[in-house]
Amino acid sequence: MSSTFLGMPATPPRSPYGTGNLRGDRKFPAAAHDELRNEQLRRNLGKATHTIRAKRLNVTGELPDWEQLRDAGSAIKTDTMNRLPELLEQLEQQVTERGGTVHWARDGVEANEIVTRLVRATGSTEVIKVKSMATQEIGLNEHLESAGITPYETDLAELIVQLAHDKPSHILVPAIHRNRDEIRQIFLKEIPGVDPRLDNVPAHLAAAARAYLREKFMTTKVAVSGANFGIAETGTLSVVESEGNGRMCLTLPDTLITVMGIEKVLPRYQDLEVFLQLLPRSSTGERMNPYTSMWTGVTPGDGPQDFHLVLLDNGRTAALADRIGREALNCIRCSACLNVCPVYERAGGHAYGSTYPGPIGAVLTPQLAGMHAAKDDPNSSLPYASSLCGACFDACPVKIDIPSLLVELRHQHTEESGTTAEKLAMKAAAGVMKRPKLFTAAQKAAELGRVLGGRDGKISHLPPPFNGWSDSRDTAAPPKQSFRSWLASDEGAATMRAAADEYDRNQQEEEK
Amino acid sequence: MRIGLFATCLGDTLFPEAVKSTAVLLARLGHEVVFPPEQTCCGQMHVNTGYQREPVPLVRNFAEQFGDPSIDAVVMPSGSCAGSVRHQHEIVAERYGDAALRAGVATVKTKTYELSEFLVDVLDVTEVGAYFPHRVTYHPTCHSLRMLRVGEKPLKLLRAVDAIDLVELPEADSCCGFGGTFAVKNAETSTAMLQDKMRNIATTEAAVCTAGDSSCLMHIGGGLSRIKSGTRTLHLAQILSSTRTSPYVLTEAVR
Repeated sequence: MSSTFLGMPATPPRSPYGTGNLRGDRKFPAAAHDELRNEQLRRNLGKATHTIRAKRLNVTGELPDWEQLRDAGSAIKTDTMNRLPELLEQLEQQVTERGGTVHWARDGVEANEIVTRLVRATGSTEVIKVKSMATQEIGLNEHLESAGITPYETDLAELIVQLAHDKPSHILVPAIHRNRDEIRQIFLKEIPGVDPRLDNVPAHLAAAARAYLREKFMTTKVAVSGANFGIAETGTLSVVESEGNGRMCLTLPDTLITVMGIEKVLPRYQDLEVFLQLLPRSSTGERMNPYTSMWTGVTPGDGPQDFHLVLLDNGRTAALADRIGREALNCIRCSACLNVCPVYERAGGHAYGSTYPGPIGAVLTPQLAGMHAAKDDPNSSLPYASSLCGACFDACPVKIDIPSLLVELRHQHTEESGTTAEKLAMKAAAGVMKRPKLFTAAQKAAELGRVLGGRDGKISHLPPPFNGWSDSRDTAAPPKQSFRSWLASDEGAATMRAAADEYDRNQQEEEK
Repeated sequence: MRIGLFATCLGDTLFPEAVKSTAVLLARLGHEVVFPPEQTCCGQMHVNTGYQREPVPLVRNFAEQFGDPSIDAVVMPSGSCAGSVRHQHEIVAERYGDAALRAGVATVKTKTYELSEFLVDVLDVTEVGAYFPHRVTYHPTCHSLRMLRVGEKPLKLLRAVDAIDLVELPEADSCCGFGGTFAVKNAETSTAMLQDKMRNIATTEAAVCTAGDSSCLMHIGGGLSRIKSGTRTLHLAQILSSTRTSPYVLTEAVR
């Protein structure tokens, strides 16, 4: 950098508004309203999340050092974030020395342009793709298509999503919202030359996709991948997957272009020891994922001879600048938090509007793309899309305290929002509660609220914003007497005296 | 011991029976229960909704009311309020408080307990002389379970209750969907969670669903009342304070 430092550093840029897939078109409660009515989705999600949950608990419970592994994962990631700039430069140097080319992309727009330029330079009009969250995040497929390049997703679930002109709803299981009957329909409609007698047996569906993809693997000269890890020490990139499609994409084509979020770097090769245990056990509930591919630059005569690494910021430096929020960058995209989240389980991934759904998405998305208070940004609803139950924190393999991050982001949002009706109500409530006399008077007033209750003492309708509550819950009318008035009453004093006497009597009996 | 009872704003105002039971239970176990009369609210609702400036006076008041060194322990019939005192007050004090507040918060948090952990960990009792001849199922509230890690403690207390028919709640550790203002801001998702919780409660055929937080019970009980379920909610303290000589009489009322 040649510019002169003139005082306070500016906040690093977030992912530009209106680009990529880090923002839905409406807020979470509105999107969830529709998703909750999709009974098929509710059934699919309930079944899938419960199955994965049980598998994960089995394989994490069997390891005697699981908690130590989580601590190690957390420590390595925290160390990585504390010296991210130097590690990225080391990674660039290593990749370059081993025959790769490194590109730096400030945001998704730049990354899309770089990848498109690189594909064009090969002369190919098709690319095969390994499942990648980073390229979903920046909307690479849409951009390639607009440039006349056809991307083929080769992960089975990503293929289903792509063929259905749909969006992924889960980090690891992008088509979790589809069942086998729906997948059969999608394949019959979208796969050219598919056998019209195709039934809904999973093996048959997989075979149909396999036949379709095999030809693409053999004929396409360019592949685009993401990366699970990039090792600064050696310049090694790694992708873990289950189907072998990744291995095909990473080895068969002439050109390989990898788009990696800058937070995916790890300092040492040995760090993989920790993460290759944490990731599969947390994500698919497997002891080891079927395919772990690692490559370092270019190996003459073996694999792609042209390798490009695109390092993507797209708001990550902005997240890194947040003392508390940066913890979200430690995420290794295992999706364990989604699978245990009661909100995700009911509302599904699409309700979050972002490539990153679920608890981690609710903290990562607003940090990458912002939650512009002035624009009534849908992302500003994400930190509130949680009951703060804490199941995500317990499941996270790198111990990200997601509930605390959600509370922190809520605070940032209320600070940026200026004066709102809610803030005034909160101020008023605190104003009463900080004055004990006023609080006691308010309790007396609440006791008068008994008239709101019907003959059965239940309040069944409340005005907005509490109508959503009273739609499905009765509220008991306030009691005749608060605890403090009872305690101060003769009855309260007598009851407490009687309880103490009972103890004394029991003591005397024991002594006898 | 000299125990400072924190009623919680919700318990004090809307669910006084749970607080009375807590007070009576502690007194019956031979402890002096004091109620600092200026106490109000821990500020949890503010912090969890994103407000950290507004609750500063509440955090300060809590620290002042219970900071008195003659109070050996601060006990409350709520896992989430205890969680707020132990985990959130220092965040508020650190960000918007002064040195005195930070010191006060640090002192009081080390002697703050939710009822069941106070009984089991501090007093080392599980048998409190309770009698409750009904079928009961227990819902572990999220903040008790995952913030305070009370684990089996409430169940140990319940198992020791005379004549109780304690049945396990399927998927007990799933959130009931309350989440404070979550139940208002995301009322429909909250309802979907509540429906599954109520379905699991129904399979137990329990007369009573109990828990350590009046707030979650207000949510679950409100739903059960709406669907006219045969199960009602009751705070853990109300079961533990029920004895042969003065048994709790089950009624149809929500409270």
